[in-house]
Amino acid sequence: MSFNYLTTIIFLPVVGAILIAFIPGLSARVIKRMAAVFTFFPLALSLFLFANFNRSLGAAGAIQFEEKVSWIPAINAHYHLGVDGLSLPLVILMTFLGFLVVLISWKIDLRPREYFAWLLLLETSILGVFCSLDLLLFFLFWEIEVIPMYFLISIWGTGRKEYSAIKYVVYTLFGSAMMLAGILSLYFTTGSLNMVEIAQTGLAPFTVVIPVVAIFFLLLTGFAVKLPVFPLHTWLPDAHTDAPTAGSVVLAGALIKMGGYGMIRLCVTIFPQVAQQYAPLLVAFAIISVLYGAAVTLRQTDLKRLIAYSSISHMGYVLLGIFALGQVSLVGATLQMFSHGIITGLLFAMAGLVMHNAGERDLRKLGGLVRQMPIIAVVFSLAGLGALGLPTTSGFAAEFLVFVGSFSSTVVSGIQVYTILGVLGIVITAGYILWMLQRMFYGPALEQFNGVKDANILERVYMFAFVAVIMLVGIYPAILTDVIKTGIMPIMGLLGG
Amino acid sequence: MPYQLAWLIFLLPFFSFVIISLYFRPFLNHKPKLGGYITIAALTASLGLSIWALLEVMAAPGYKLPIPDINWVIIEGGVTIHLGLIMDSVTAVMLIVVIVVSLMVQIYSQGYMDGDPGYHRYFAFMSLFTASMLGLVMADNLLFLYVFWELVGLCSYLLIGFWFHRPAAADAAKKAFIVTRLGDFGFLAAILLLFFNTGTFDITELHSLAITGVLAGTTLTWAAIGIFAGAVGKSAQFPLHVWLPDAMEGPTPVSALIHAATMVAAGAFLVARCYPLFSHSVEALTTVAIIGAFTAIFAATMGLVMTDIKRVLAYSTISQLGYMMLGLGVGSVAIGTFHLFNHGFFKALLFLGAGSVNHATGTFDIREMGGLRKFMPWTYATFVIASLSIAGIWPLSGFWSKEEILASALVNQPILFYLAMITVFMTAFYMFRVVFLTFGGEYRGGGSESHGKPHESPSVMVMPMVVLAILAVVSGFWNVTGHFGQFLGHGETHSFAEGFFGILTHPLPWISLMLAGLGILLAYAIYSAKWLSAERIIKLFSPLHTLFYRKYWFDELYENVFVGKALVNGFFAGLQQFDAKGVDGAVNGIASGAMAAGRAVRRVQTGQLQLYGLFIGVGVLAIVICLYFFG
Repeated sequence: MSFNYLTTIIFLPVVGAILIAFIPGLSARVIKRMAAVFTFFPLALSLFLFANFNRSLGAAGAIQFEEKVSWIPAINAHYHLGVDGLSLPLVILMTFLGFLVVLISWKIDLRPREYFAWLLLLETSILGVFCSLDLLLFFLFWEIEVIPMYFLISIWGTGRKEYSAIKYVVYTLFGSAMMLAGILSLYFTTGSLNMVEIAQTGLAPFTVVIPVVAIFFLLLTGFAVKLPVFPLHTWLPDAHTDAPTAGSVVLAGALIKMGGYGMIRLCVTIFPQVAQQYAPLLVAFAIISVLYGAAVTLRQTDLKRLIAYSSISHMGYVLLGIFALGQVSLVGATLQMFSHGIITGLLFAMAGLVMHNAGERDLRKLGGLVRQMPIIAVVFSLAGLGALGLPTTSGFAAEFLVFVGSFSSTVVSGIQVYTILGVLGIVITAGYILWMLQRMFYGPALEQFNGVKDANILERVYMFAFVAVIMLVGIYPAILTDVIKTGIMPIMGLLGG
Repeated sequence: MPYQLAWLIFLLPFFSFVIISLYFRPFLNHKPKLGGYITIAALTASLGLSIWALLEVMAAPGYKLPIPDINWVIIEGGVTIHLGLIMDSVTAVMLIVVIVVSLMVQIYSQGYMDGDPGYHRYFAFMSLFTASMLGLVMADNLLFLYVFWELVGLCSYLLIGFWFHRPAAADAAKKAFIVTRLGDFGFLAAILLLFFNTGTFDITELHSLAITGVLAGTTLTWAAIGIFAGAVGKSAQFPLHVWLPDAMEGPTPVSALIHAATMVAAGAFLVARCYPLFSHSVEALTTVAIIGAFTAIFAATMGLVMTDIKRVLAYSTISQLGYMMLGLGVGSVAIGTFHLFNHGFFKALLFLGAGSVNHATGTFDIREMGGLRKFMPWTYATFVIASLSIAGIWPLSGFWSKEEILASALVNQPILFYLAMITVFMTAFYMFRVVFLTFGGEYRGGGSESHGKPHESPSVMVMPMVVLAILAVVSGFWNVTGHFGQFLGHGETHSFAEGFFGILTHPLPWISLMLAGLGILLAYAIYSAKWLSAERIIKLFSPLHTLFYRKYWFDELYENVFVGKALVNGFFAGLQQFDAKGVDGAVNGIASGAMAAGRAVRRVQTGQLQLYGLFIGVGVLAIVICLYFFG
């Protein structure tokens, strides 16, 4: 049997977490280094998989690097992992962020042992969600993720951290309860937990236990909370605002992508007809999320809260791309998930640095910081330009594909109008991003910020890594779209048939 | 010419940007001038290549050089996007304007920006700005064009806000970006609409689809109007004109570049580039013509009363771009582009002159200048040449292109022709008002930062002005025989008569010359000879003066009423309240409701077995009754 790449990638971080947690007497220095090592190798391995991924159109839809072992025979559950063009970019996104958040957390001195253990467990659970092809395994990883996030927010957070943490947990559990009901209905209908199998056979041959539409919406609600979609979004600003920097980076960067991934992997793939039927409704919600999110963002004065609200707006584009149900729009939505992960990850990392170094997070009180922190200002601006969809950044490539794909979609009548409204969102985005940058960096240098430090060497290294990925994908998006389209093509086959 | 060299035309300034901004930073700190030299060297090489390209295009059949594409993104059954360059007559002409103006501006900046702490940053941005504009004029598909279009917008943002520590500069930069992005929204929507209907982004293919009538009707009209919306934003046409006057917060050479060759020219160029889409839709073409003519006169009225030399020039730019749009709307690609070509040189010269004057006096307020003719002969001479050219005096370049615009307006849109004619008079008046106030009379002391007597600028600044002055005289001669029109329009000419003197055989040039002469005379009468008192005239037309001086209150309308009151503090604030109180309130309400319910239900759990027994009994009884009735 060949080397189990995916198992290794998924479980290396948790092995690190266990070692960190249970080896006594480790100093903070050693813990950080160990965390870096146990997150670096998953990144390296996932890049290796990316390099060896079969991109040819003949392999479209094939699950690659598959691992399948019987797990609980009684309920036909398997330990079943694999990646395709849809999940591989998200795996890379998570391993990339997983390694960099360790570097971002280098200045954490409060209870480092627990902190890094939770952080590594978080990475394992999110990676597990993206790689699982068995519904039970998928749900298990999905649920594990809540625990480390809860502790990260409530112990290392700021502000109303307990409130935000518990809100996050309750909200997520509400979503997962719905999702569990959906998964169980699927299991009792088909007798299988294999996602690939269910998608291929469809639900038509079976007598469904509850109406198909109900299963669809149970699953969708679970994912919509995560994405988040208006009006299920209010956990997100609180959780982001009060989470520690690394928590925000993972939350915005990878965790909310689980929602979009789940929608494509389960809702669209297993229920193509229902998805087509309800696409107009969901596209409308997407546009509301885009415009409403952007409008509310424009009113924020807290640095992290502003970025958090912008995520709602940007995730609206993902939802638009998914339920436009076109080949191009789905590729765009997946690319947007990746791109938003990197860009918003960088935005939060930079926000964390500004807050740490300047000791202020209220945009009305910041100003003139470009004098004290020129490098942070440049990188923050680049991230901002990515967020507002400037060409040559990944944000533009992704949003443009979403727009082109949605506009040409044949599934929803009148989607052209929705798409145009969505495009209007980029004007408001430009407004809040430039306002934010201006408030932080421009204007006369302020006295109270004299002596504020710029980024150190380590911080420059991870900034550069982020910027490099943003520009690489922006200038040559085919590096990812060639992979993503192999995952999307079979879905189009299901939609067409 | 090997096609790889065509790529180099815009890549060279781009490399210059990369080199200045990344690699040689520590080295450059020891040799500050090097950043400027790298930029100038890159542009000189690009100029050589683009002249070569122009000559080859002139010789090529159909005035077009083939350049192979590069694949960008391909999604089978969805989109195929290639990136490629186009090398035709419009591109070749634009390359010359952009590079010549940019090169002159960079040389001038060596003197103007001397000693500024942001010297490298300045040249890095200027390189990127030029590279983006060159890419824009060479892009062969709308998506690629849009990429550079946005980069041009980004660079103006960075350069207008160059002195970011001044809040006015930061505000102006943000305003420029957001206002133009409002137009870009239309452009992007048009790209989507075109792709939806044709499945291509390629400009040449779109041209032929419009010409053959495959692309027609309302789709074509809406697509053209969307593209025009982008042009309106970039070219600062009414109603998105408000950003350009504020954009003077950037360094003056930046204004020269923005106003002459890069940012605002991109709008007029876009219309020229997509011209078949416009010319096959009467509605779209008429919209372009009306917006153009209206903007021309609208901006000129504001130019009449401004006291800041750069603001006068800014309004003159808006007005002249209105002319270009009018020329495109009533005439042809050749007519609009010809004015763009000529305008590039004299407008850059005017701004460099304004910068030179500012260098000497420390102010931009023309009321504090005066008498500079004696101190700054070169600046004076070149500024007058540029003013005569923009006023449309024979035989300077502005005359030739303006005459063609007027001639085609007279034929196609007589009402717009009269607006344009009035604007000719206003243009001459406001330009010579500036000339007489700045250079005539006695020196009035300059600004608060001025030091002693004003002096002529160093030769590194004067030399580019002289080069541009020569071009402002001769660039119009290109079309004396109709060659320019034939090169761009493939055989059309629109002025009534041809030839250097021949054109004067028709009455139209005489009328416009007379109007321009009257404008100059009136400016002379008020500001030089003082036959008429400026104060009395202002008092006489006080309501109009206030209206013009306050810019028709458009800034207030947009910033305070629309954006401030209606959106950010109105609608958006309402949404924010809704989000906090409504959506999140509901979430917290459900949570506290659940808590309250839990508290209430908890009372039932008393731990007394008797009570539980009682409930069990009641339950059993209820089931029995149910079974009896329903079972």
